[in-house]
Amino acid sequence: MSPDGNLKAKLGLDVFKPAREPHIRIRAGMERDTRVKKAVLVCPAGLYALNEDGSVTLTIDGCLECGTCRIACGPEVLDWNYPEGGAGVQFRFG
Amino acid sequence: MEKFEVVVVGGGLAGLSCAYVLAGEGVEVLVLERGDYAGAKNVTGGRIYLNPIRELFPGLFEKAPLERPIVSEGVTLMARERSLTFTYGGRELSEDPRPSFSILRSRFDRWFAEQAEAAGAMILSKTLVSDILRENGAVSGVVAGGDPLQAGVVVACDGVLSLIPEKAGLRGPGRPRGYAVGLKEVIALPPDKIEDRFSLDKDDGAARLFVGEATKGRFGGGFLYTNRESLSLGVVLGIHDLMEGTPSLEAPGILEDFKNRPEIKRLIRGGETVEYSAHVIPEGGYGGLGPLHGDGLLVAGDAAGFALNLGLTVRGMEYAMASGVLAARTILKAREAGGYSKENLSLYRRFLEESFVLKDFETFRNAPEILENPRIFGHYPEWIGGLFRDLYTIPAGPKEGIYRTLRRHLPVSAWMPLAKDLIKVSKL
Repeated sequence: MSPDGNLKAKLGLDVFKPAREPHIRIRAGMERDTRVKKAVLVCPAGLYALNEDGSVTLTIDGCLECGTCRIACGPEVLDWNYPEGGAGVQFRFG
Repeated sequence: MEKFEVVVVGGGLAGLSCAYVLAGEGVEVLVLERGDYAGAKNVTGGRIYLNPIRELFPGLFEKAPLERPIVSEGVTLMARERSLTFTYGGRELSEDPRPSFSILRSRFDRWFAEQAEAAGAMILSKTLVSDILRENGAVSGVVAGGDPLQAGVVVACDGVLSLIPEKAGLRGPGRPRGYAVGLKEVIALPPDKIEDRFSLDKDDGAARLFVGEATKGRFGGGFLYTNRESLSLGVVLGIHDLMEGTPSLEAPGILEDFKNRPEIKRLIRGGETVEYSAHVIPEGGYGGLGPLHGDGLLVAGDAAGFALNLGLTVRGMEYAMASGVLAARTILKAREAGGYSKENLSLYRRFLEESFVLKDFETFRNAPEILENPRIFGHYPEWIGGLFRDLYTIPAGPKEGIYRTLRRHLPVSAWMPLAKDLIKVSKL
């Protein structure tokens, strides 16, 4: 299995509850910022992807709410919030 | 608007400890937890050391859903193609009261929340605190689930990102150097297999740490803890090193490579991964501690930066529980003194200074700087691995004398850097 496929399979083991809207957004104009490119490296769920045009996109499904991208990029780059109550990942073991 | 005397933000170990003590003293306390249940958003490596906190919670741990008492410690220096492991066992680890246990937080916190509720605390789950309320500059409540809620005092136990103290203007956002990220898999394995694989008596547990290639030579380490019916396997990676290190490596791949090491593969063989989790860890030590109180606000647990990495021991949960208790004691005193002003709440720092919490942080004030040494994660595991390879090798021809082997691996030019590193580590 590809590393990507492996990661998706691992995330598939977790319990996620849907949220009404994404809780983290790359701020407008920050998609090519050097800091957001670091998010591609640090995100444990591999949710940040670097596109061919040099911009970064974020897919929020599978977010473990660990906070690494907020520490790496800072709130100037990311509009970072926790998901609404009762939404998002619900660890059964932790 | 509804008003509670004490509002605790976050039902993790710090928040629940605070609520448990306050409720026991008959104080009205509400815990707001954003997960479906306490523990739903919490992750540990993990192991909890009970000696420092046993007396703070009389009788609590005897019935707690902990996993296994750790009776076997181990450290592996992992080079690219070899590794050197030492294990430690001692009578004190196997005698009651057992000093430390492996733990799964979703299980433990959920149970602990029930104990706090039984003591009289109110716990409202599925409720996110998105902001604080202020009155005349003091924190006067929170916005919970979109609604304002007044509080005599707010205790921010909202975890490592510490967003509530940030919103209160007490601190800025966390920076990469002071934090690491832990990635973990829980791997189900039958109890008898666990006991056979780690040479354990029934129900006993083991802890293993891995330095070096486990993190591709980056700041951090690998860990493995045995639970009742599973293993907790993962890596901790310094966020700054992960961002700036060359070559660029993605965090999930580092964990995959670690899992594929022969040393690890053999330990998890036949196991089935049942959960994947990740969480940021405060690693700033004393210098990374956040503000501890404000007007109408106390900060406890990871939100205050209470986690301490000393290489062989990595601790956070005891500090979280103790700081939660001390926050509760501060509230009881401030209540007698007539209110939750910044001045009355400043007692919290004194309580922490008099306890093991800030004493430990002061003792190990320079730990982050010492452990930041890249030679620990790259050079030394390779060096030790190479030395032992040659000590164990019997070549086709005559074997080199042991002294010559040692001198070849430790030429005079290597003495000074080694001595310097040893002196640094001895300052821990």
